[in-house]
Amino acid sequence: MNPGRTLRAAPTLLRVGFSEAVAYRAEFLVWLLSTNMPLVMLALWSAVARDGPVGRFDQAGFAAYYLAALVVRLMTGAWVVWEMNFEIRQGTLAFRLLRPVHPLVAYAAENVAAMPVRLAVSLPVALLALWFLGGKHVTHDPLLLALFPVTVFSAWLITYLAMAAVGCLAFWLESATSLFDVWLGLFGIFSGYLVPLELYPRWVNEVSYFLPFRYMLAFPVELVTGGLDRSQALAQLAAQQAFVLLLLGAAAGMWRLGTRRFAAFGG
Amino acid sequence: MRWALRHLRLLSVQFRASLQTSMQYRADFLVQGAMSFFWMAWAMVPLLVVYGKRDRVAGWDLDHALVVMGWFLAMKGVLEGAVNPSLASVVEHIRKGTLDLVLLKPVDAQFLVSTAKFAPWHAVDVAAGAGVIVWAFSRLSRWPGAADVASALLLTLCAVAVLYSLWILVVSAAFFVVKVDNLSFLFLSIFDAARWPVSVFTGFWRFLFTVVIPLALMTTFPAEALLGRIRPPAVLLAVAGSLAFVASARVVWLRAIARYTSASS
Repeated sequence: MNPGRTLRAAPTLLRVGFSEAVAYRAEFLVWLLSTNMPLVMLALWSAVARDGPVGRFDQAGFAAYYLAALVVRLMTGAWVVWEMNFEIRQGTLAFRLLRPVHPLVAYAAENVAAMPVRLAVSLPVALLALWFLGGKHVTHDPLLLALFPVTVFSAWLITYLAMAAVGCLAFWLESATSLFDVWLGLFGIFSGYLVPLELYPRWVNEVSYFLPFRYMLAFPVELVTGGLDRSQALAQLAAQQAFVLLLLGAAAGMWRLGTRRFAAFGG
Repeated sequence: MRWALRHLRLLSVQFRASLQTSMQYRADFLVQGAMSFFWMAWAMVPLLVVYGKRDRVAGWDLDHALVVMGWFLAMKGVLEGAVNPSLASVVEHIRKGTLDLVLLKPVDAQFLVSTAKFAPWHAVDVAAGAGVIVWAFSRLSRWPGAADVASALLLTLCAVAVLYSLWILVVSAAFFVVKVDNLSFLFLSIFDAARWPVSVFTGFWRFLFTVVIPLALMTTFPAEALLGRIRPPAVLLAVAGSLAFVASARVVWLRAIARYTSASS
C-alpha cells in the first residue's frame, strides 16, 4: 500500500461514497427504520420505570440512554461484511484488487463518506433528546464532551475492522455472514444495546470490559449521558484504542492471508 | 376436492425436495440446531433482566410473559423455516427475470412461489418455543382446558396467515422496487418486538403493533387464549381481521404480478 497515492485518491473516494449514499436513499431509509430496537426497548423500559426508577435509571434516564444509543448506532453502522462476502463469492473483488488503493481503505472510504448523511439524521435525534430531557442527562465535563466524537469514531473503527476481519473469512468459508450473526448476537448483549450493561448481573458487566463490544456502544453512550467520571472515561478510552489496534492487525493480517488464496472466476 | 388434493400433493413434493436438499448438508443441520439454542437463550435475556428488576410489568408476571415468549420463538421458527426462504427465492427470480418459468406453469403462481423452499431445521425453533410454553405452564402449575387450546390453535392459524400475508405484501413490493432484502431485514427487526406482551407498549407503539403490523395477534393473543384470558369477541375480531388481511394481500399480489415484465429479454 502506498500512503501518498492513497491520500491523493481520498477526496475522489469520499466523493464517490457520498454520491452513493445519496443515490441509495430508499435503502438508507429502510436501514434507518430497521434500527428501531433502541426505541422499542425504550418504550419497554419506560413502562417498567413508570412506578419508580430501575437502578440509577428513571424514565428520563432511560430515554437519554436509548436515544444516545440510537445516535451512536446510527453513526457507527457499517456494512462491509455483506459487501465483502458478496464480492468474494461473485469474484467481483478482482476489480477492486486491480485498483492502486488498498480495498480495505476503499471500503472504509465508502463508509466514512456516508457519515454526513447519517449525521443529518442523528443530529435531530440528539437535539430533540436535549430539548425534551434538558441538560440533566448530558455530561457537563467539557473534556468528556470533547472526547465524545473521538469515542464515536473509534467505535465505528472497531465495528468496521471487526466486520472486515469476519468478512475475510469468506475467503475460506462458503459464507461469512452466518458467522457474523453470532457476532451481532454477542454485540446485542455485551454492548449495552439491548439493555444497559449495569442492569445485567454483575458478571456480565465485568466480562464486558474485556470484550470489544462495550467500546462499540456503551462506552460513548455512558460517557455522554454522564455515567462516567474522568478517570473511568480515560481508562476506557485506552482500552478502546487498544481494541482498534488489535482489530486493525487482525483485519490486515486476515486480508493478506485471504487474498493469497483468492481466485476469481469468469470475467 | 380434486383441486385441494392436487395442491396438497404438490406441497408434499416441494417439501420433500427441500428436505432432501437440506439433508445433504448434515453438518449444517447440526450447526443450525445449535444456533437456534443460542438464539433462544439470546431472546430470553432482556425478558429475564426485566423480570429480575420487577415482578410484574403492565399486568404480566414472568410466567405469563414466558408463554408469549414461547409463542414468539415458535412463530419466528415458522417465519424463518417456512415463509422466509421461499419468498427470498421469489425476489431472486424477479431480479434475474426467471419468474417467467414459474408463471408459465399450470399452477397458481402464488402457491408455487410460496412453497418453493423450506428450511426444515427451523422445526427446532418451533419445538423450543413449545418447550418454553410447557415450562411456563409447569411453573404456573396449572394446565389449559381443551377450549383454551382450541382457541389458541385457531388464533395461531390466523397468526400464520397474517404473517404469510405480510410477507406476500413485502414481496409484492419487490415488483416495484426490486431490492427488498432490505425490506425483509426491516420486517424481521420489527417482528422482534413481538416477544413482549403487547400491553407493555402504549400510544403510538400499541397502535402500530395491534393494527398496522398486527404483532399482537401473532404472540400475545394466542398466549392469552391459552391462559384463558381472552374474550370470545376478541377471537372473532382477530379471525375477521386476518381474513381481511389475507384477502387484501391476495389482491395486491395479483395486481403486482400483472405489472411484471420479464427482466431478461
